[in-house]
Amino acid sequence: MTLTVTRSRRAAHSAPSARWRSRKVQGWLYAAPTAVIVGVLFLAPLVLVVWMSLNRWPLLGQATFNAPANYVKIADNPLFLDAVVFTLKYTAITTVLLSGVALGLALLVQDRRPGIAFFRTAFFLPGAVGFAAAGLLFYGMLNNDFGPIDPMLQALGITSEPVKWIGTPNMALFSTITLVIWRFAGFNMLILLTGLQAIPTEVYEAARSDGANRWQIFTRITLPLLRPTLALMLILSVTGSLLAFDQFFVFTNGGPDNSTVSMVMVVYRDAFFRFDLGGAAALSVVLLVALVGLNTLMMRRLR
Amino acid sequence: MRRRLAGISLLGVLTLTAAACGNSGGGTQQADGPVTITMWTRAATQTQSERLVAEYNKTHKNQVKLTVIPTDNYQPRIAAAAGAKQLPDVFAADVIFVPNYTSQGLFMDITDRIAALPFKDKLAPSHMKLGTLDNRQYTLPHTLDLSVWFWNKDLYEKAGLDPEKGPKTLKEFAQQATTIQEKLGKDGQVHGTFFGGNCGGCYVFTFWPSVWAAGAQVMDDKGTTSLNDQPAMTEVFRIWRELYEKKVTGPTAKEEQGPTWTGFFPKGEIGVMPMPSTTLGLMPKDMKIGVTPIAGPDGGESTFVGGDSVGISATSKNADAAWEFVSWTVSDQAQVEVMAKNKDVLARTDLASNKYSAEDPRVVLINSLVAKGQTPFALRFGQTYNDPQGPWLRLAREAVFGDASKVPQLNAEITKSLQQ
Repeated sequence: MTLTVTRSRRAAHSAPSARWRSRKVQGWLYAAPTAVIVGVLFLAPLVLVVWMSLNRWPLLGQATFNAPANYVKIADNPLFLDAVVFTLKYTAITTVLLSGVALGLALLVQDRRPGIAFFRTAFFLPGAVGFAAAGLLFYGMLNNDFGPIDPMLQALGITSEPVKWIGTPNMALFSTITLVIWRFAGFNMLILLTGLQAIPTEVYEAARSDGANRWQIFTRITLPLLRPTLALMLILSVTGSLLAFDQFFVFTNGGPDNSTVSMVMVVYRDAFFRFDLGGAAALSVVLLVALVGLNTLMMRRLR
Repeated sequence: MRRRLAGISLLGVLTLTAAACGNSGGGTQQADGPVTITMWTRAATQTQSERLVAEYNKTHKNQVKLTVIPTDNYQPRIAAAAGAKQLPDVFAADVIFVPNYTSQGLFMDITDRIAALPFKDKLAPSHMKLGTLDNRQYTLPHTLDLSVWFWNKDLYEKAGLDPEKGPKTLKEFAQQATTIQEKLGKDGQVHGTFFGGNCGGCYVFTFWPSVWAAGAQVMDDKGTTSLNDQPAMTEVFRIWRELYEKKVTGPTAKEEQGPTWTGFFPKGEIGVMPMPSTTLGLMPKDMKIGVTPIAGPDGGESTFVGGDSVGISATSKNADAAWEFVSWTVSDQAQVEVMAKNKDVLARTDLASNKYSAEDPRVVLINSLVAKGQTPFALRFGQTYNDPQGPWLRLAREAVFGDASKVPQLNAEITKSLQQ
């Protein structure tokens, strides 16, 4: 918008005026701090990662150019290929469940009623716990040796022996998804809540006076008008899930038997356990390109 | 969300920090006056490091600032710090990771300094061997942690076993554990034995000595070919598998990832199990514990000589002050008055019998095992055996809990990882 305005102004004067030039400098100055931060903390590391991925990069000492060896050997990394499949599966399940729960919560707490602030706060509160801390919390709560959940379930007669919460691949995935929903549902609820409250009440009133029932209002009015907000939440959830790390690193440690190894965990392992910094950088670049591609696609479809 | 994005740009940021901090460097060497040097150690052996540092700081002008890092995160932290050229002046490392660190150039060459020590030939041999690369020496022994069998004498008595007679073979071990389970395990509070079933490091530390005791090996000398599919190893797996199948091992052995595997014995819940010798000094005072070497299926004795080595980082600016400290840690005074006094295994063979060791025959036994035990050498040890995503843990778990017929195929994976 501003761009067209300045351009038309510029066209009005035959030569760029001094005032316009000073405004341009001012604009650059305003943007400079952010530009520096983005440059130093995002662009420079990005360029470096790409450069690293083209080299054999030891911990100490000189790097040697070896492109495209780091990329070629990805095909020979079964752990990563398994991790791709697992991460996609995890992303699909998490996104669907998380959206459903968050939408349900948002609908529950959207109307101003006495005491509603309490519930909104309660649902959002897990989001204030650090994610790694939340993982540790679940690890402790669900631990078969000292966790309080098993004895409670047994005292209530729901189970007769300790449940292997992270002992089998499916249970480990289930427990992790529970953790993620507990931690993030409140945050996503908040996003959806802002979207819900942006829908004008007049539209609802009009629908009601036309005789629409609750279900019709939900599917014909709420959902379509919530679409941009849902899209935002979807993109955040998919990106976040594809980059999942903390929950599996802290909570399941990739186990049992490598059944919960996410893509970023493989990157981490290659860098910090195998000291293959170049290989890890190559995996990061592949991951980045895939994510950018996916997000572009989602943005287009959901707009 | 942003934090998870951090995962992907982590590498880049690290390198950036490296570039930013590389030139300015850490501390500067002062010509005179006391120097404070930094040291890192891992939580598993923190008690020993803390005692040494406390005693050193009390008696010396130079000071050591010790940072303890969780054991599981130690290797990544070292890697990240090395990449950023921000290693501390001195750092201890699990002795089995030392060959990799020296080959990466993380430690400073201290061959000449070691040669000047009067007791240079008396330093723990397996630690010294792993700290040597191409005839140059890089590390000193810091702590020694040997795997031995502990048995609970009270539980043995209650189960009708002779409380003064520990197992002499792995088969006896299995029988005694089974007896404890059958006699005392009814209500689920007491178990015959225990082991870290989802922890690669635990398996090598507690199972391999049985292979060595039987006169066999787990790898070739160069640490590049795995022999973990050979009968000596598979027989050990088979005995442990039977113990698990008969529910002698405690129900959570299969899930135990490592942080808590030594926690059950001191609570009096376990009859007999392999334990690290460093935990002997931490056991409840009133608990009657027997200690015996780990044996093979039919006898023999051996141990995994684990623990930490300590070296000066290649990027340290305080090499002289750092050497003053690390050489002091292996001196008579530090070894006897700090280590031996607290029932720890000594880094020097010439001090094995001293005024404290005589008080406890179990300590004499553990000290005597230093010469009989082994420390396996492999450049790719960590990523092959310790890493939870490494090939060893899969092999061990298939052998003990899963499909033992997969062992030969997984053994090939181990060899592949060792040769990377």
